[in-house]
Amino acid sequence: MSDAAARKTVQARTGWAAVIPLLSRYAPAVCLVLLMVVFAILEPSFLTPLNLFNVMRQISIEGLIAIGMTFVILTAGIDLSVGSLVAVAGLVAAMIAKGSTASSFSLSAAAQQGYGWFAAMLGAIAVGLLGGSLQGFAITRLKVPPFVVTLGGLSVFRGLALMISAAGPISGFEEPYRWWGQGRIGPVPVPVIVFLASALVAFVVLRYTRYGRQVYAVGGNREAARLSGVNVRRVLLSVYIIIGFLSGLAGFILSARLNSSEAVAGEGYELNVIASVVIGGTSLFGGVGSIFGTVIGSVLIGVLINGLVLMNVNSYVQQITIGLILVAVVAFDQFAKSRRLK
Amino acid sequence: MTEPLLRMEHISKRFPGVVALDDVSFEILPGEVHGLLGENGAGKSTLLKILSGAYQPDAGTITLGGKPIALPTPLDAQRQGIVTIYQEFNLIPTMTVAENMFLGREPGSGPFISWKRMREETAEALGRLGLDLDPMMPVSDLSVGEQQMVEIARALSMESRIIIMDEPTSALTEHEVDRLFRIIADLKKRGLSIIYVTHRLQEVMQICDRVSVLRDGIRIGGGKVGDLGLDDFIRMMVGRSGAQLFTRLGDHRAPGAVVLKIDGLWRERDPTNPHATLLKDVSLEVRAGEILGLAGLMGAGRTEVVRCIFGADPHHRGTVEIEGLPVTIRSPIDAIRHGIGLVPEDRKQQALFLDLAVRHNLAISSLENLSWARWFVNDAAELELVEHYRKTLDIRMASADAKIADLSGGNQQKVVLARWLALRPKVLIVDEPTRGIDIAAKAEVHHQLDAMARSGIAVIAISSELPEVLAISDRIVTMREGRITGGMPRDQATEEALMNLMAIDRSAASPAGNASGNEGRI
Repeated sequence: MSDAAARKTVQARTGWAAVIPLLSRYAPAVCLVLLMVVFAILEPSFLTPLNLFNVMRQISIEGLIAIGMTFVILTAGIDLSVGSLVAVAGLVAAMIAKGSTASSFSLSAAAQQGYGWFAAMLGAIAVGLLGGSLQGFAITRLKVPPFVVTLGGLSVFRGLALMISAAGPISGFEEPYRWWGQGRIGPVPVPVIVFLASALVAFVVLRYTRYGRQVYAVGGNREAARLSGVNVRRVLLSVYIIIGFLSGLAGFILSARLNSSEAVAGEGYELNVIASVVIGGTSLFGGVGSIFGTVIGSVLIGVLINGLVLMNVNSYVQQITIGLILVAVVAFDQFAKSRRLK
Repeated sequence: MTEPLLRMEHISKRFPGVVALDDVSFEILPGEVHGLLGENGAGKSTLLKILSGAYQPDAGTITLGGKPIALPTPLDAQRQGIVTIYQEFNLIPTMTVAENMFLGREPGSGPFISWKRMREETAEALGRLGLDLDPMMPVSDLSVGEQQMVEIARALSMESRIIIMDEPTSALTEHEVDRLFRIIADLKKRGLSIIYVTHRLQEVMQICDRVSVLRDGIRIGGGKVGDLGLDDFIRMMVGRSGAQLFTRLGDHRAPGAVVLKIDGLWRERDPTNPHATLLKDVSLEVRAGEILGLAGLMGAGRTEVVRCIFGADPHHRGTVEIEGLPVTIRSPIDAIRHGIGLVPEDRKQQALFLDLAVRHNLAISSLENLSWARWFVNDAAELELVEHYRKTLDIRMASADAKIADLSGGNQQKVVLARWLALRPKVLIVDEPTRGIDIAAKAEVHHQLDAMARSGIAVIAISSELPEVLAISDRIVTMREGRITGGMPRDQATEEALMNLMAIDRSAASPAGNASGNEGRI
């Protein structure tokens, strides 16, 4: 008799209480699959290889930044400046490629000899690293909250971009430069490869290295991390340098894909990037989340926009949809958490 | 005899695993100051929370002025005229004195506040206490003593009949203490009753009319001040009941050379942490294979001392020596490099990563030793480490990947101990190592501490339970108000002797009895 009773309580536990954590863990992946099925039924052109690679190419640049954002949000931080940093990095890369580091007005002088794509890419990355380091410094040493620092950064970097591109967009790069945005290896677009390779490295770092453990520890309980001998300040600084690096790289790839760099590039990126990370299950309170989730979150947003475009839904509705999904996901997360605590 | 104003009868309250109050009865007379004494954890806070409506008793009745009352919420307690002034206050620092005075009951008509009336009534209420404060000043600009006065003025303006003061003098200067005592005497004359909770026995002698002493959730005794003296109260506060709960350990330990020596440690006021106890000239040493017990009442500075040693908080003067060599410790990282570990006082807030697995919690400090190619965590080595401590410390868990939050308090604490043992420390500091864990787990932790000392680690143990300190320590040092007040080997130590050193200022010259302790405060 008591056996039966015991089994009954076990069953009761494996009812709702067991489904919710499982659901919250795989919710993004399940949503993605459902969404794809729906679009595949409603719009036959959705499930073609061409379209799917298209989706992947579209998300790859913001996805790249979302990988960095995952590190930042895992430490309970935030970075709102990514879009602006992308613009500065793209412009610097373009100037290096065009050989006009001195003044943007000399752009018309076509005679000027530029540097190659490699120097341009390094320049963009250097810009990203510098921007990230400065913001990380303000956060860890001057103790300004990340929200404020990067909100300031959003404005400062955008202003810088407008300043250095006073003469307007810089366009028309050589083919090796453009390859980084427009080229393919086999059928796979290069930006997609960069995105997925970065995701793989980030996954390994977070899952298998000491540093990765420390990122989770700092985000999970900063005081406990400090008292356990984790160099909290260094970890915090590092995540802003990582996202700076990836924003710089993203700036270069964006300019290569558009064959143009302009001051308004990357505007509003912070919304999609943060949404990807959060929809992918990373908690804004820090300590919980994964790169896998972020990749799923990025793809989910990409599929959503692509599907809506194919169905001729206007772009305003797309924005509304993304905003609503973001809030719904966090609401669900809070709900799941309250169930767990009970 | 006067009819009691408040009567609590047969009050019991239990929490999972502990009986916080067991059949406690006591009475408050109108116009009396009633002292409530007891060691840390004796049940004072629970009693206060029941009276202020924060907790509901499991059994018992409360009558006020002859009528039985129920206090389901703090608001109900206020309406009945029972107001509590907590140690850390209930003021909103960014708001003005007047706004705080009338929070939630602003005078005015309809949705509009009458600032004029609020100002005037505030000034009047403050004036009755002999205070000349600008009602429009933000509370954050007031000294701690002035903030307390605002709380008292607010309590009076709510027409309260009973004011409960929880450790009211702990952050006050001597001058402010004198003013507080004058005001208390004045309130008494007006017929208000005051429940005065403190650790400072001399204040009790000075200001209270009657006293109740709690011990282990039971009202152990009490009576009129004057009929009973300091020594009577100490005898009541320290219990013999707890003593046999813990097996005395470590009789044949043989302490070796001095491992950690701190000399002349001072900690000044730190604006980022104004409630921390200031340290004054703290010196102590601990030997290899020895457990040094650090005893003191709440706010004595025990935790502050060990946090300074560990580099978790800054200190301003003083030297630290490890094995005879002076070292500089500015952060926990430095301390760990010198072989010092700290099991902090608040497990959940300061030690655990509740979202992470047991293995990640256990290995966080020793990842360097568990990695290959400097960076990559060796999963096999990590699991081996977890398995080793699961066996030696008998940690009960589903698996190494179980969430730490799913373990019992005792097992969580063992994981934290294992985190430090894995680093093979020279000095391990444990702050309240058995707080909030059940009695069987407490005994296990005691055995582990004994085993650590036997393996040659120098252990510093802080505990609020004197029987625990006596059971595990080789030597005990007492603290009071940021100073070391004495020390003795275990054979000579009794709870009474320790409580004497913890609670009473023997060098007292001033009637307030805390002159020496208050220099350097605001």
